[in-house]
Amino acid sequence: MTPKSRSRVIAGGAGQAAEAARLTAFPREATMGTVARLLEDERVLGSLLLLPTVVLLGLFIAYPFVKGVWLSLTSATVGDHGQFVGLANYVKIWNDSIFQRAAANTFVYTGLATIGKLALGMWLALLLNRHFRGKRLVRASMLLPFIVPTVLSTFAWKWMFDPTFSVLNWSLYHLGFIQTRIGWLTDPTMALGSVILVNIWRGMPFYAITLLAGLQTVNPELHEAAAIDGATGWQRFWRITWPLLLPVTMVVTLFSVIQTFADFQLVYVLTGGGPANATHLFATYAYQIGINTGLLGEGAAVSLAMFPMLFIIVVIQLWYIRRVEGA
Amino acid sequence: MDRMNRRKFMKVSGSAAAVAGIGIEGILAARRAPAYAQGTKLHLLRWNDFVPAADEVLAKQMPEASKALGAEVTLERINANDLQARITAAISSGSGPDIIHVLKNWPHLYEKSLADVSDVSEALGKAQGGFYPAMTDLCKVGSAWRAVPHAIVGGQIAYRKSLFEEVGAKEFPKTWQQYREVGKKLKAKGYPIGQTAGHTFGDAPVFWYSFMWAFGGKEVEKDGKTVALNSKETLESVKFAVGFWKEACDEGGLAWDDSNNNRAFLSGTISATINGASIYVESLRNKEKYKTDKGALMHTDILHAPNPAGPAGVFHLHAPFSHAVMGYSKNQKLAKDFLRWLHGKEQFEQWFVAQKGFSVGSTTDWEKHKMWEIDPVMLPYRTAARAFRLYGYAGPPGRAASEAESKYIITDMYAKAIQGMKPEDSVQWAESELKKIYA
Repeated sequence: MTPKSRSRVIAGGAGQAAEAARLTAFPREATMGTVARLLEDERVLGSLLLLPTVVLLGLFIAYPFVKGVWLSLTSATVGDHGQFVGLANYVKIWNDSIFQRAAANTFVYTGLATIGKLALGMWLALLLNRHFRGKRLVRASMLLPFIVPTVLSTFAWKWMFDPTFSVLNWSLYHLGFIQTRIGWLTDPTMALGSVILVNIWRGMPFYAITLLAGLQTVNPELHEAAAIDGATGWQRFWRITWPLLLPVTMVVTLFSVIQTFADFQLVYVLTGGGPANATHLFATYAYQIGINTGLLGEGAAVSLAMFPMLFIIVVIQLWYIRRVEGA
Repeated sequence: MDRMNRRKFMKVSGSAAAVAGIGIEGILAARRAPAYAQGTKLHLLRWNDFVPAADEVLAKQMPEASKALGAEVTLERINANDLQARITAAISSGSGPDIIHVLKNWPHLYEKSLADVSDVSEALGKAQGGFYPAMTDLCKVGSAWRAVPHAIVGGQIAYRKSLFEEVGAKEFPKTWQQYREVGKKLKAKGYPIGQTAGHTFGDAPVFWYSFMWAFGGKEVEKDGKTVALNSKETLESVKFAVGFWKEACDEGGLAWDDSNNNRAFLSGTISATINGASIYVESLRNKEKYKTDKGALMHTDILHAPNPAGPAGVFHLHAPFSHAVMGYSKNQKLAKDFLRWLHGKEQFEQWFVAQKGFSVGSTTDWEKHKMWEIDPVMLPYRTAARAFRLYGYAGPPGRAASEAESKYIITDMYAKAIQGMKPEDSVQWAESELKKIYA
């Protein structure tokens, strides 16, 4: 019997008059009865339960996004709503050499950092999946780069890369590996490489811990059976571990790509986008235009230039995950 | 120090302002403090000063102002780099501090969101010998003052007297060519000149704009529209910069922020750098901590000098600071009364003396103050503001000038050439960027 039909039985028959009298005597209970009946409708209840989420998403995701899109179509500056200018801001940044450099940097930064984090994260996860003394301590300490606030850890890296007092250069020099100091942040290519290195260091634990969780769901009997059949370590990884870990890997990569593509703090602290724009990313350039120059419309356009790329990445990865789940 | 009472507060601020027929005099005539509603608060947002002693003076002045004004005046201090984000948020939301410490040419940038403070600024200027022209150009937008000029952190070259003498320079070089030659010898001895060419908001523009002007380069013509960067003079300055950098400078400067040169100087790895007096101030604050490689106290080996002259002369881009009353503030009158008091001679003097020359006044009268007799090492800062030129020269220091500066176009023009781009190409790149900005 469904709750609805049960309520109908209670409300009907000989008890109807008595129930009506009771409800007249206690009107609040009558109202509650109406509310209860409404809530028993799955569509109403479902909508009500969804409402807080919809309101939160609307306020904190949809509204800022729509506002951002609108800003990018106006000549708004700080303190001035500006005029509707259509795609003029996009045309301007398209022809802006610094924007072009920032766009190229962002793709290189995201691509190399993601590959680095995935490779090292996987390697670390495979190591940590083994049994050894002090395993728990190592697992906990591995999370440190991820736990320490990015700004603080980036400042530590900044000191390590310092053009004059770099501890890395000092160590390499005294170990006899270099004769002159390495321009970690002064040479344009090295500077981009350095910010990628720091991003890999910071993001690798996220990959490692998530992949480790995935690894622990892989049935060890599969590996044992493969080993008995004479499979090498690489073959067992490639034929068993990797396929079973792929859905988790895709999800981790999805989140990581989005975060890396929109990274700001690391570059802002380490180089400010310099030298000569060699490390500018979409986000740092958007900040420079929107906040430092006060050109909110143009800044929003730079920021939203990330959107199509991120959208494509998300669609591809979600499509892939759905396909894997459906298989 | 005498205790400040309400009447004294109004008298001091009123005499400083010398305002005709408005506010302060009216209040004084009525012998009554302004009728600010009970519980009225005034929120002042400033940067964290490089001179903590000056911030302490300011902190002590707040309760005095609160008592005399009959309103609670609060002071909040944040990192200078974070000010613009706070201003943007405050203006966008229409709420926040009543008065904000503004740097550079921000009065132009936020013009529409700032209250008109012409009455306060003009009276203060008259009372204190007149503002330096650059401060007027920065704070007066059109016919209205959008901020009250407060102070200027002057930029001078801090240099090591003993090292310069060792290479035969008995006095600081007068021209860029001489500076390059001396720098070449210093670098050969392991003490290069230290200068940033990175993306950092203070020292980089302060050095490279001044450098360009010394050679006769400029961003735009007087009309503020015609880009004039790609000139023989600018190109000459870029070519000179490439040689100067390689022969005389610490090449790590491409990645320096505003604090790197301080650390490098105080640890004895460079011989000279452009700077507010923070290096010297720090060496005085911790005398035993900083020593030369011969064991002498570092502060005894530091001198200051203005920029060398180029073919066009000597110019400086300093760091100007002003106070703006926010347009959204519901306490604009109170804010103006407070600024009249704070910028008035008696109050400003306490702060100015605590600065010991790190900041100079925005009006010319402060060049005559006795404070300058205390320490001859700080003397070059006394008249530093006379050579003050602004972003966007020869046009006005407006939004386009600000965009060019915040995008580091001029700094990067030099940085690109230093990194190996042909000087002609780097100038052409910068010119094309400026044309887009000024279009």
